[in-house]
Amino acid sequence: SPKVPNPLGASIIAKTNTRPNLPKKKLKMEAIGVLMMCPMSAYLENELDKRFKLFRFWNQPQKEEFVKEKANSIRAIVGNASAGADAKLIDSLPGLEIVASYSVGLDKIDLGYCKEKGIRVSNTPDVLTEDVADLAIGLILATLRQICACDRYVRSGLWTKGDFKLTTKFSGKSVGIIGLGRIGLAVAHRAEAFGCPISYYTRSEKPDSKYKYYSNVIDLASNCQILVVACPLTKETRHIINREVIDALGPKGVLINIGRGPHVDEPELVSALVEGRLGGAGLDVFENEPEVPEQLFGLDNVVLLPHVGSGTVETRNAMADLVIGNLEAHFLGKPLLTPVV
Amino acid sequence: MAEQQRHNHLPKLLVLGISPVFRLHEQKFAQRFEILRAWETPIFTEEFQASHAPHVRAMLCWGGTPVTAEQLSHLPALRLVVTSSTGVNHIDLRECHRRGIAVANSGNVYAQDVADTAVGLLIDVLRRISAADRYVRGGLWPVKGEYPLGSKLAGKRVGIIGLGNIGLEVAKRLEAFGCIICYNSRKKKPSVPLPFYLDVCDLAANCDILVICCALTDKTHHMINKEVLLALGKEGVVVNIARGAVIDEKAFVQCLVQGDIAGAGLDVFECEPNVPKDLLELENVVLSPHRAVFTADSFGDCFEHISGNLEAFFSNKPLLSP
Repeated sequence: SPKVPNPLGASIIAKTNTRPNLPKKKLKMEAIGVLMMCPMSAYLENELDKRFKLFRFWNQPQKEEFVKEKANSIRAIVGNASAGADAKLIDSLPGLEIVASYSVGLDKIDLGYCKEKGIRVSNTPDVLTEDVADLAIGLILATLRQICACDRYVRSGLWTKGDFKLTTKFSGKSVGIIGLGRIGLAVAHRAEAFGCPISYYTRSEKPDSKYKYYSNVIDLASNCQILVVACPLTKETRHIINREVIDALGPKGVLINIGRGPHVDEPELVSALVEGRLGGAGLDVFENEPEVPEQLFGLDNVVLLPHVGSGTVETRNAMADLVIGNLEAHFLGKPLLTPVV
Repeated sequence: MAEQQRHNHLPKLLVLGISPVFRLHEQKFAQRFEILRAWETPIFTEEFQASHAPHVRAMLCWGGTPVTAEQLSHLPALRLVVTSSTGVNHIDLRECHRRGIAVANSGNVYAQDVADTAVGLLIDVLRRISAADRYVRGGLWPVKGEYPLGSKLAGKRVGIIGLGNIGLEVAKRLEAFGCIICYNSRKKKPSVPLPFYLDVCDLAANCDILVICCALTDKTHHMINKEVLLALGKEGVVVNIARGAVIDEKAFVQCLVQGDIAGAGLDVFECEPNVPKDLLELENVVLSPHRAVFTADSFGDCFEHISGNLEAFFSNKPLLSP
């Protein structure tokens, strides 16, 4: 099989090129207004531009005026993990028919309101599951084995002065997962290859699961060494990682967040890490991205990533294809590829 | 006087140098063996030769203390060399064999930690974890925006060089990530259902990633050379957790700088602790200061293992890891 193009070393984000699995025949949808909420993918932008009348929300200097002016022509919104569609925006776009999210998470979309108004919603499940799960394990290893700190150590010339300290073994450690959906299961499958016993918390026990179930997060945190957040962000799961859970995880415990920043009470997390009450953390998401608490910058037992869970060329292209595919399906009167509402 | 008597009951163990395991567990070693510290009383001195040389049957060394033919000539009673490392390239094996001296290494105790490091380095290179962490710590996320995309691991073809304990642990882990595994080894392993390549260049030509897990020997010295790297190709990634000298480091650095391969994760180098300056400038490499085995858990296991080998030897039982 041909080697997959890999831009490692290249400095540009995604190359724009035609994808072979999209229909070649151009559908006459140039008049359909699509509102893209923020920059998310040059490739996606290009493909939307080719097919629809694309409005870039972030480029509009007077956003409220713009929305009023274009209200009737906008029939679709493309959002992502940073920006979606709240009730106010939905109300200001009477022609809105579909919100297609360039993400699997839906916390930026008022789903209930969409359902009420008969507005369709689609997301990008499955195509990003492996990348996010890979990153979770990458974060665990980077945090426990201090891989980033080791790299800094070598680059700063300190190795010639002395050896780096001992770190903590990953294989065989107990892993607790919050949320056992596609991503949670993929994390579990990978961690099992490292000999890790797996336990989980979900709203209700999964009868088919071979993993150990805990009916509340505190019990889960008390009984695992590595706690991974892999559930959707909802009203119920906001700050699901709070002071009590952090205390239960303890000074030898490690928190891995590949969910959403608001899953964690961030100030509590920061003080626990700074004070040594929590053993370490690997974080891909934060409460106010792109702001990251500076008190974490000096710690060797944390790894800080700029929300790159699905950040590979292969996956982002697949996600973009799904967004386009869902929009085209909708406007052609066909079933959505990955409907949510 | 009482202590001397107690010592007389314990088997003598010559410790050639202060290995990290010895430093951590010195007291425990001293409880089971009479420790002769070569750095306090060197083996070629009259004192040592008179008092101890005739009685020293076992020695503990590590990667940092080469065991040479000359040293062995000062230890006529020696019958066992135990190293706390997996690698035995620092021991004159031929001379040991000639003298009838058994050699035991750390067996399997480090295999999991080393495999974990290999996987950790690989994910880091593909997903740019260390580089992105630097980006965030440098305050660049709010300023420069989204970080450049990485490369997907699932579906990549991984060639493991050396399918021993460590290579097998690496294979087991990467299969769970959806990687397609093949290998190169001195000989094909009939019990292993993975594609085998006798030629390293062939392996490289058919893989996206090479993970080096083999011992350093005359045959494997500089085995990963320019030809192999060019066969791997511009999108190729190399992970080395074995020994620096398996790779022709000069050619390797050149390939990285020129973009003939895409990236590398390295725990070992030809002249540790010196790392080629060119590597320090690159964003697509992850550098680790030979720490693949250095966890507290492993060292505890290693102590038990070394003890086990020594006790087996002194009770005339088979060694755990010859």
